[in-house]
Formats: sequence, structure tokens, C-alpha cells
Amino acid sequence: MTQRRQITLWIAVLGALHVLVVFAGFLAPYDPSEQDREHPYVAPMSVHSREGGRFHWRPFVYAVRVREGSFDEYEEDTGRIIPLRFFVRGARYKVLGFLPTRWHLFGAEGGRLYVWGTDGFGRDQLSRFLYGGQISLLAGLIGASATLLFGGLIGTFAGFYGGWRDAVLMRLSELFLALPWLYLLFALRAFLPLAVSPVKAFLLVIVALAAVGWARPARLVRGVVLSAKERDFVRAARGFGASDGYLLRRHIVPETRSVLLTQAAILVPQFVLAEMTLSFLGLGIPEPVPSWGNLLAMLQQYSVLVSYWWIYLPAVAIVPFFVGYQGLANALHADSATQKIGV
Amino acid sequence: MRYLLRRVGHAVFLLFGVSIITFIFSALAPGNYLDEMRLNPQISPATLAELRARYDLDRPLPMRYARWIDSVAHGELGYSFAYNTPVAALLWVRARNTLVVALTAVLLGWGLALPLGIWSAERRGGIVDRAVSLFTATLLVIPELLLALGLLILAARSGWFPTGGMVSVGFAGFSKLEKLQDLAVHMTLPVAALVLAALPILVRHIRAAMLESLDAPFLRAAAAHGISRRKLVYGYAVRAAANPLISLFGFSVGTLLSGSLLVEIVMSWPGLGPLLLEAILARDLYVVIGGVLFSTIFVMAGNFFADVLLYWADPRIRVTRGAA
Repeated sequence: MTQRRQITLWIAVLGALHVLVVFAGFLAPYDPSEQDREHPYVAPMSVHSREGGRFHWRPFVYAVRVREGSFDEYEEDTGRIIPLRFFVRGARYKVLGFLPTRWHLFGAEGGRLYVWGTDGFGRDQLSRFLYGGQISLLAGLIGASATLLFGGLIGTFAGFYGGWRDAVLMRLSELFLALPWLYLLFALRAFLPLAVSPVKAFLLVIVALAAVGWARPARLVRGVVLSAKERDFVRAARGFGASDGYLLRRHIVPETRSVLLTQAAILVPQFVLAEMTLSFLGLGIPEPVPSWGNLLAMLQQYSVLVSYWWIYLPAVAIVPFFVGYQGLANALHADSATQKIGV
Repeated sequence: MRYLLRRVGHAVFLLFGVSIITFIFSALAPGNYLDEMRLNPQISPATLAELRARYDLDRPLPMRYARWIDSVAHGELGYSFAYNTPVAALLWVRARNTLVVALTAVLLGWGLALPLGIWSAERRGGIVDRAVSLFTATLLVIPELLLALGLLILAARSGWFPTGGMVSVGFAGFSKLEKLQDLAVHMTLPVAALVLAALPILVRHIRAAMLESLDAPFLRAAAAHGISRRKLVYGYAVRAAANPLISLFGFSVGTLLSGSLLVEIVMSWPGLGPLLLEAILARDLYVVIGGVLFSTIFVMAGNFFADVLLYWADPRIRVTRGAA
């Protein structure tokens, strides 16, 4: 029973994290591609509540100005207070992609607020991280779903019908498993067009992911199907004249559920990472569209790496997502293990 | 022997399969290396046609494949458009660099993972076990890309290690010992990233395999006979657990080689990784195919090595011969 509770817990954690990203428009103070050209590489602003000796009920930040005698260093302009407010009107966006609105959870009045600082183009890092998550997580989720569907179908087909079809498909899957997956992903990406629109690039990444990843789920599903079709109740149903379609639908495919779920929890983060890797190397989603890989790609410049620590923030913020998926995968795995013992 | 021969045959079959798949993918790709040249008004159509013919781009796919196989037989692996040399020459140097890093990581990773895994299995539930499992769980959730970046940041900020390259300026003038030392310093970061990424999986598998063999009835019987704990663990349990671990060893070679691709790019280590990325961006077809093939050979070599070890270590395989 505790396993069940653990699964629920991890799903809740992941759900909360994903809500943050789904409602990026509301939570992010700015549009991800909006530039503040005067202020590239602004460090995260610190929130104050007292000025001199005076206490402010409303927290505020100071505006930044270029330090005198330098051209790329900023300092707080203590003369200009920017109060923070909840529920402010700002950049237009669409809630869940269809409800147009201008309300944001928080923002600043009469100035700009950079909680996580800005990047080299003066874009708000926090906004870019939240919006970037939409791309990266969606690529992971869709990629994993496509892979599981594809792999599941192949595995079910191979396991259920057996014979030469099984042999051919399983040899093919061995081929794909023999290849180091990152190399395969690279090779596949190499042969797809390089300069493409963001939407196309997104689809290409997903296709590449599914083409590389199908082999393992296919083999696992095949194993389950092989054992399921020899179970007594399945043979009995067949004896009563059940059709292949009925057997698959009623008895065999449901058996693969727990394998598929565990695989999903493993594959999603793996695919998020794959998207990040491709974008990091400039082979994935192109700028200016934010994705987690694009955010990390800035770290490839040595000067950024040593000078601007807030560019690391997205890298740190990604980790909880991986923790969540890892926890869920472990809990699901433990659950299916105890179920087996129970039977 | 039949068993090993079968494994070799299997590997050759897989290699052919891989090369065919990469060729098919490459044929599906729109555009090629010459497309950019075509935009250049200074290059005449006649020259382009000649280049097309030279690189076999005007032939149908099966012909191209046959020509490529021919070039493989001559040890060339096709021709690089960008470097204007046979691919094999390019790849050998890079592959050597990749192997240096990856094999060091394999040795170091196993050297660390074995004692940690055995130790924590032996003291199941103890402080060591819990500390190790916390450590592996932490490492497990940090993606390799972030690990590599983290180490790079550490190196760049602290200045303890060089942040890229394989050797320092003036390497040629160093003495043997200095050369070795210089290489070791440059290798530290990529190797560390690879080891940290591989360690949690290795430790967990070793621990699980050890736990299983520690729980085996024969071990309980041996314990009842009064055999010392030390001999039980290191003499019997480790040997009984060896079988899955040897397979894991072969597998880990492949994982580390694959992982080193990314780490090499992040740390600018002149291995296959950066070359492959460059080739992808330049659409240098045969270099990409060659790189994929090389990596496949590495993985298979790892698995084959594991097979040989298994053959030597596990008498059951010699008897039943060839249960793949």
C-alpha cells in the first residue's frame, strides 16, 4: 500500500512542476523573446524591504544603471525604487494556448524586474526558463508517447504473431540497441535538414527520438505479450472462439500496462534530455524560441561560463524535474515487482 | 570456440545492418555537401558535376553502398568532403583520443564501483550502505550534460584544471614524464564527468548482484559450515555474482563511449564527438557514417570482450554452447 502512496506522491510532485511550466505565461513576468537591449547580463536583482532605515511594506528592487567608468557592469540605482506587485498587467499571452490575457502573477511597476537576471540579449531568464520548459517537456512527453506507441505496437505484433515476423523485428531491434543511442540520434539528425523553422525542428526532434528509442519498449512489451498469450485464461478464451482482436484488446494489451507505465517514466526524462542535448549543440530547436537546451547552450561561451553565474540557474532548476521522474519510475517499478509477488 | 565464432558472426551481421541503416537514412536526407558550393557563382557547373561524380553522389544508393563497401575493404571508409582525405585516417586519430578517455573512465569507474557495491551489499542497511545509496541516487538524477557543465564551471572558476583541449602549448617539447602528466591533467575533467555519470548505475547493479548471491542457499550452507565471513563474501559471493557483472561490464563500455561523445564536445576534447558534430553541421556524409560505425565497433568490442570473459568464467556457457 505504501508503494501506491509513493506513486501518488511522485505524481503530485511532477504535476505541480508541470503546472509551473504549463502556466508559464501567467507566472513569467515577461515574454520570452522580449529584449531589454540596454541591459544584457543583468545579475538577479535582490528584493529589499528596507531603504536606509525606512521599512517598506511592499518589497521592492532597485533599478540598475551602468556603473560609472565601466560599460558592462551594473550597480543598483538606490535613487530609483521599483515596487513589486502581484497581479500586474504586462505582455500579452494566451492561457493554455487559447485564452488571450495580459495578467501576470507578479511584476514591477515603472521598471523591470529580473529575478533570475538577463541573458546576453537582455531577455528575462526566468521567463525563458518557464517558456523553455514548455518546449522541452512537450518534446519529452510527445516523444515518449510516440515511442511507446510505436514500440508497443511492434512488440505486441511480434510477440502475438511470432514466427518470422517476430524474428525479423527482433533482429532489427537488436540493431538499434547495439548502436550507442546518442550516436544514432546524431546520425539521424545529421541526415535531416539543418536550418528549419522551430515547429519543424520540434517535429524532427520528436521523430528522431522515436526512431531511436522504439527498440527497448518493443522488446519488453514482446516479452510480456509472449507470456500473456500462453496464460490459461487466454487459451480458454481462444478455445471459446475469441478473435485475435478481442484477445489483444481484452487480455493481452492490458497486461502490458505496467511495463509501459514504467517505461514512460524512464523515457520522458531521457527524451527531455535528448532534446536538451540536441538544442545545446545547435541541432535542435533554433533561437529565439526558448528551450532548456538553448538556455544551457549559452554556457558554451567561455566568457559567459566564468563571468555570469546566473546563467547556471536554469541548469539547477531542471534537476527537480529529473528527480520527480526518477522517483516515479522507482515507485512504479517497485509497485509492479510487489504485484508480481502478490500473484 | 563455436560459441565465440557465432558471436563474431553476429557482430559482423550487426555491422552490416548498421551501415545499411545509416546509408538509407543518408539517402532520405535532402541536400548534400555540394549544395552550398552550387550557390557560389565562381564554381562552374562542370566542376560541380565532376565533384558529384568523384564523390559518387550521382549514382543510385545501392551503387553508392557497393562503392563504399569497396572503399571500406581498402581501409578508407569513404572520402571526407570537408577534409579532402579518406575518412579512416581522420577517424583513427580521433577514435584513439576517445578510447583513451573512455577506457580510463571504464577502469576508474569499475575500480570505484566494485568496492562500493560489494561493501554496501555486505553491510546491507548499514550506514555505509545508506550513504552509498544516497550518493548514487543523487548522481543518478543529475543528467550527464549538467554534470559535465558543472565540472567545467568548477574548472573554469577555480583554475585547477584546463577547460579544454588535450595537451598544453609546447607539448612537443616536453619530456616523456611531462607529456604523461600534461595528458593526465587534461584528461581529468572528461574522465571525471564520465565516471560520475556511470558510477550510480554500476554501483547499483553490483550491489543488487551481490545481494542476490549473498542470499543464495549455497552461501547460507557455507556459512553454516563455519567458513569465515571474509571468505564467504570475497571467495564465494563475488564469484557467484560475476556472471551478470561481466555482461554489465561489456554494456558499460558502450555506454561510456556513447556518453563520451557529449562530454568531449562540452570539454572540447579532440575525440570523435567534436568531429562528428562538425561533420553533421557540414553535411560531411561519410564522416558521419564512419563515426557511427566506429562507435558501433567499440560497443561490439565491449560486448565481445564480455562474451570472452563469460566464456572463460562460466563453465555453463561452455557446456550449453551458444545460448545467445
